[in-house]
Amino acid sequence: MAKITYITSDNQTHTVEVQNGLTVMEGAVQNDIPGIDADCGGGMACATCHVYVKDDWFNKIPKKEDGEDDMLDMAFEPKTNSRLSCQIIVSDELDGLEVNIPSKQA
Amino acid sequence: MKKTDALIIGAGPTGLFTAHQLKLIGLDCEIVDNLDKIGGQCIELYPDKPIYDIPAVPECTGEELTNNLLNQLKPFDIKFHLSERVEEVKKEENNWLVKTSGGNSFLTPNVIIAGGVGSFEPRKFSPKECEKFENKSLFYSVKDKNIFKGKTISIFGGGDSALDWAIELSKESNVNLIHRRDEFRGAQATVDKMHALVKDGKINLFTKYQMANVHGEQTLESIDIKHDNDEIKNLKTEYVLGFFGLIMQLGPIANWGLNLNKKTIEVDTEKFETNQKGIYAVGDICNYPGKLKLILSGFHEGALAARACFKLARPDEKYRFEFTTTSTNLLKRLGKKE
Repeated sequence: MAKITYITSDNQTHTVEVQNGLTVMEGAVQNDIPGIDADCGGGMACATCHVYVKDDWFNKIPKKEDGEDDMLDMAFEPKTNSRLSCQIIVSDELDGLEVNIPSKQA
Repeated sequence: MKKTDALIIGAGPTGLFTAHQLKLIGLDCEIVDNLDKIGGQCIELYPDKPIYDIPAVPECTGEELTNNLLNQLKPFDIKFHLSERVEEVKKEENNWLVKTSGGNSFLTPNVIIAGGVGSFEPRKFSPKECEKFENKSLFYSVKDKNIFKGKTISIFGGGDSALDWAIELSKESNVNLIHRRDEFRGAQATVDKMHALVKDGKINLFTKYQMANVHGEQTLESIDIKHDNDEIKNLKTEYVLGFFGLIMQLGPIANWGLNLNKKTIEVDTEKFETNQKGIYAVGDICNYPGKLKLILSGFHEGALAARACFKLARPDEKYRFEFTTTSTNLLKRLGKKE
C-alpha cells in the first residue's frame, strides 16, 4: 500500500491509497482522478497516461524499460521527468509519490 | 446516397464480426473507418503483439486476428469505406442519414458504432498558435512532396515517418530535423542514414528540442524550438511537418445526442442499443454494468446488435434463430450449399 498524490494541471491535489502491484495509472482510474485517459488500458501503446514525476522521486522509482521512451515521444508536452503511469508499479517504497498530470493527454 | 440495412462505424475486430453476423442473418451492411486500413486498434496499436484470450485461438497477433476475421468474411460482399470519418448522423423519418468526410452519405435504419476509443487522428503540436498554419504550411502528413522543393522544412519526430521524410526531402530541400531526445525509434538503418546526412551537412539535426512557438502573419516565417535546458532557438522555416503518431479521439460522435459516460456510450444489454432507437454501440466504446473491454465481449455484443437490426430492417419478417451447422439458409449464405 502506498499513498500517492496526483496533482492535476489546475493544481488540485488528490491523495489516494493504492494497493501494491497496481500501476500508478490504475490508481488514478480506479479513484476517478481526472486527466489520465489510459486509452489502451495499460499496454504501453498510446501515451495517454502520461505524468510528470517530481524530480526527487524520478530517480527513486524503477527505471523506464524498452519502448516507454518511444511512446513518450508521442505524448503531449513530454519533459525530462515524463513517465507513462501504466509502467510505474506501486509498492511500499512508493509511499508519498507525487505525480503531476499534464493539462491534456493529446 | 447509399441505402443499406446497417452501417457499421469502425473496422476493428468487433466491427468485422458484427458485419459477419449481419450478413449471416441476411442483412446488408457497409463499414466506414477513419484509418486507411482494416483492423482498428489491433492493426494500429499492436499488430505484432500476441493476444492470448480469444476463445479457441490460443495465441495470435493483432494482424493475424484481423486477417482471420477477413477470411471469415470472404463468403460475403461487404463494402468498406476507409480513410473516411463519419461526421454527421441525423434522423430522417424511420431512418438515419449518415454523412462521411469522404462525401459519402448513407440512409439506413441501423447504425452500429464499433468505434473502439474513437477515431485515430494525428497527434498535434501543443502550442495553440500552430493551428493557424495547419494544412497551409504546417502538416501532419505529406500529400504532395513537390511543394517542398527548394524550401526550408522543419520536421519534428523520432520515428520512421519523421526520419524517412527528413531523408527524402533533404535531396531537394533544406531540412531541419528536431526531436525531443538523442535516441530515435526508427529502424537502425534509417537512423544511420540520417546521421550520415547530418555529417554531410544535408540535414540540420536538433535533439532535446521541442516546438515552442510559430511566427508569421499570413505565411509561416519562423519557429521557436526549446531545449530541455530552456534555451530557445529561432529557426527560419517555410514549412513544418510533425510526426507524433496517432491518438484516438471521440470526435463527432459526441454530437449525436447519445448518452455518454466519459469516452464511452451507454447501452442496454439486450440489443446494445443507445438512447437513440436504431443506433447501437458495441466493443470498447460501449458501456453497461459489468462491461469488460475484451475482444470476445465485442463479438457477443455485435451478435446481439445484429439481431436487433433485423427488426428495424425487416419490420414485416420474423427473425428465426438458426445454427450454421444445420440451417440450409445460413449454409447458402456462407456459400457452402447451392
